[in-house]
Amino acid sequence: MMLVILAILVWIGAWALNGWLTRGGRHRSPVVRTAVPLIFGATVLLVWELLVRGLEVPPAILPAPSRIGATFAGNLPILWGDFVQTILKGALSGLAIGVAAALVVAVLVDRYDVLRRGLLPVGSFMAALPIVGVAPIMVMWFGFGWQSKAAVVVLMVFFPMLVNTVAGLQDTTQMQRDLMRTYGAGYWPTLFKLRLPAAMPFVFNGLKVAFTLAMIGAIVAEFFGSPTQGIGFRISTSNGALQLDMVWAAILVGALAGSAVYGIISLIERGVTFWHPSQRT
Amino acid sequence: MRRAVLPVLWVVMALLALWYVAAIPMNIREVVTEAERGGAEVWGGTAAERQDRSAWALALRNPSVALNGWAQERPRLPAPHQVAQELYASTIGEEVFGRRGFFQTGELSNRSLVYHAGVTLGATVVGFLIGAAAGVLLAIGIVHNRAMDMSVMPWAVISQTIPIVALAPMIIVVMNSVGVQGLLPKAVISAYLSFFPVVVGMVKGLRAPDRMQLDQMHTWSATQAETLWKLRLPASVPYLFASLKIAIAAALVGTIVGELPVQRGGLGARMLAGSYYGQTTQIWAALLMAAVLAAFLVWLMGWLERRTLRAMGVPA
Repeated sequence: MMLVILAILVWIGAWALNGWLTRGGRHRSPVVRTAVPLIFGATVLLVWELLVRGLEVPPAILPAPSRIGATFAGNLPILWGDFVQTILKGALSGLAIGVAAALVVAVLVDRYDVLRRGLLPVGSFMAALPIVGVAPIMVMWFGFGWQSKAAVVVLMVFFPMLVNTVAGLQDTTQMQRDLMRTYGAGYWPTLFKLRLPAAMPFVFNGLKVAFTLAMIGAIVAEFFGSPTQGIGFRISTSNGALQLDMVWAAILVGALAGSAVYGIISLIERGVTFWHPSQRT
Repeated sequence: MRRAVLPVLWVVMALLALWYVAAIPMNIREVVTEAERGGAEVWGGTAAERQDRSAWALALRNPSVALNGWAQERPRLPAPHQVAQELYASTIGEEVFGRRGFFQTGELSNRSLVYHAGVTLGATVVGFLIGAAAGVLLAIGIVHNRAMDMSVMPWAVISQTIPIVALAPMIIVVMNSVGVQGLLPKAVISAYLSFFPVVVGMVKGLRAPDRMQLDQMHTWSATQAETLWKLRLPASVPYLFASLKIAIAAALVGTIVGELPVQRGGLGARMLAGSYYGQTTQIWAALLMAAVLAAFLVWLMGWLERRTLRAMGVPA
């Protein structure tokens, strides 16, 4: 009971601290800006830990964060294998193929008006569908290995990327295109020197959406069959054995990988689209 | 109208044609084996030798049987009309003419896709409503409280980059072990998935009014509640609907994935059952049903958006 009361006190204390930190002009300092979310995150973990211990929640329902951390640290080789299998082999290879295909098709769609009017509505429609449902079919076609996961990922990321890139290719003004004309630039120089660079903010927005979809696709496809490795495999087998600390550790791998790749994409975006207003701060 | 519909029709027809063409090489190995068993002379040598030959070569050198690929019992890739037949048989066929259908027993047959789609739809809608409502409430809190904004917002944004749907099997199992079953665990997953897009979109929407408009409210000495009700909420409607469309699609995916571990009805359960028993046509029919459901839900959101904006007097 003591621990539960302590948890409540910690919550109130941290809330008051964050309230104090954000009042007045203090919230503008960069230290406070990073400290406040970190305090909040640490508080949630601490309250979780105290509540699980105080209420003696069985680990088969909700393991404490310390236990998840211990499992994570104790199973690093296994989890690294899962990371390689799901993220590097399944998600990223599928993402690369899907994005490349979408870029090529987007240029074609943009060039031919009939394709644009025909393919774009179909593409937006497909982007809203639960494409992850093709996972059992792909597992049947391409086997249990990473190839079937990559195939699911390709299908999932293709349409959002296509729709975003086509929108980006149309994001040049008449004035800019006229300027290219006065330089005597034909279709291809205009495409490579004006319209593709102008489309980059859209492409990166699509890429951020697509990467999350890629991880979802790769993990969910593993629920339908996988080698004895992979984040999805780890989650479904550990779940069956009620080893929830292992499930949480696998989800942690997914979360870390997701944030890391998101960060990398943002960095590349900053380099490529440095001229865009959203990057100039 | 014609300019808009015709190209779409062409693309759809081209996709269907591609599908038919692809079905021939995909199914050719089974077709040839079957023909050989039936006593026909086939090109390609023995079964072992055929393994090494390409599917296209087998299809082109066995033209008399190749088209049987569109009529296989358990095809690797069913032809479109086979999927359509299965869809018809498991919806109208099962409910109207089937022994256990709605017209015979007054209840939906548990073998029909209508029943399974209903199970999925129920959990999706309940979860979506909970998630969207919670998301709007949190967004209002975030806009009015800087401590909440700075504490929660970064995490809400980060949470968009992680595959939350991976939590689904665990949530199902945990809620089962504490005795919560049926619709609720799935609804929790779809609520969770629809929550974050709504928070992020709604915060953007509530912040959409600019300094000038807020100052105007101030000069009228409007309270915070009045500003919220009369300025911020109306301004956020377009943002709200944009994120609701994303949220409801995510909620549907969440429900389908949530149906995988517990085989008690729903489109996800149908897909997994189809994959266990090699019933490809059943998977495709369930997939098509899920697509119809998703299209309906997104269309519904769009319709609500148009109605709301028109009622608010925004020119369409």
